[in-house]
Amino acid sequence: MTRISVNVDRVSYSDEVENRTLLVQYLRDQLGKTGTVVGCDTSSCGACTVHLDGRSVKSCAMLAVQADGHEVTTIEGLASDGVLHPMQAAFYECHALQCGFCTPGMILSAIDLLNDNPNPTETEIREGLDGNLCRCTGYQNIVRAVQQVAGASASTGASASAGASASAGASASTGASS
Amino acid sequence: MIPAAFDYHAPTSVEEAMRLLGSSGDVKVLAGGQSLIPVLRLRLAAPEVIVDLGRIESLRGIREDGDTLVIGAMTSHDVVARSPLVATHALLLSKAAQTVADPQVRHLGTFGGALAHADPAGDLLAPALALDASFVIVGPSGSRTVPAADFFQDLFTTAIGEGEILTEVRVPKHTGWGAHYEKFSRVAQQWAIVAVAATVRVEGGTIAQARVALTNMGSVPIRASATEQALVGVAVDASAIAAAVADIADGTRPPSDLNGDGDYRRHLASVLARRSVLAAAG
Repeated sequence: MTRISVNVDRVSYSDEVENRTLLVQYLRDQLGKTGTVVGCDTSSCGACTVHLDGRSVKSCAMLAVQADGHEVTTIEGLASDGVLHPMQAAFYECHALQCGFCTPGMILSAIDLLNDNPNPTETEIREGLDGNLCRCTGYQNIVRAVQQVAGASASTGASASAGASASAGASASTGASS
Repeated sequence: MIPAAFDYHAPTSVEEAMRLLGSSGDVKVLAGGQSLIPVLRLRLAAPEVIVDLGRIESLRGIREDGDTLVIGAMTSHDVVARSPLVATHALLLSKAAQTVADPQVRHLGTFGGALAHADPAGDLLAPALALDASFVIVGPSGSRTVPAADFFQDLFTTAIGEGEILTEVRVPKHTGWGAHYEKFSRVAQQWAIVAVAATVRVEGGTIAQARVALTNMGSVPIRASATEQALVGVAVDASAIAAAVADIADGTRPPSDLNGDGDYRRHLASVLARRSVLAAAG
């Protein structure tokens, strides 16, 4: 067992974990943050994507002990005071999901994508999300949701990350840190 | 599945890592973990001890040393892909790093880890070979530098010995050279079925120097020396380049698998070489 200190969704935790515990297991089983799901279990599908210090990573391909001293943001840390993050709202408005299983990872990857490139082309969106698999929608509405958030930021003259933080009241840990 | 139990150490210096690597006969080194952790989960490996290099800051970063670019082994693919220094002096590595897996894997996966893992379909091996990179390996008795031609020895096998780690990769500067990494795969995230790494120096509309290497055409990356020579003096023109690279697969014995047989890969190599060299020269 090893003691780790991790900030998850703006709350600090200090826990004993087994060395072999994966980050996704720690989030789900020890912290009860079941919003982060396990999909393929082989680090292919991206359903378990979270942000580590503001960048997207697959939490099934990382040990909890590696997260010691770092900041993790899950899908559960995006909304603030009951107000959805703009990317969550756009997925809802554009019907960018059917079964919803890929949605947490897809949203976290999409936020990282826009932090990096606030005005992506459709091709850049598709390539930027290639670490996340959706087996229901054919991706079209997911791309539309990302375009909606990017377009909203562009029309207000703000970057995606600044727009996200301002309208959702989200903290820097939701991805604006990059 | 979850990995079998192991002891875990996260040293903060190379010296401490050396001591820990000598502490057990069954140690695995953890870099970014994007290959090792899936392997542990599948129980294809169950080491007694894991030594995580992620806390050794001196292994991260990119710097210049005269005519050489030095890339720390624990530098992430994402940092390599975005580095202005790499883009200026080793554009081929920038281009190849941008194609590794997907964004999440590039954020955690490391440059040195991928080279030390030496998957024959890995995207950084052929570029490192084409650029005549050399590998600094540190062991209990000191450090040694191994050229790329001797570093890759077989499938998943490099010159790194027991108790040793790769600390940095030294790349001769190829400032002003054009570069391209042309990778063929059928679906997103798939490993390269074949890829061609090319970097060229163009003078007055003709190719003055060329460096070309092949990914996944054998158990180790293959330097296309004859093709490099054939490209010298060739005009930057699709048909002239196609003629110069037509025989690039001669002498190779690529693997056959569900993605294609050896003959298919040989055909792919010449098609991808034409595209890659043309893009590098353009």
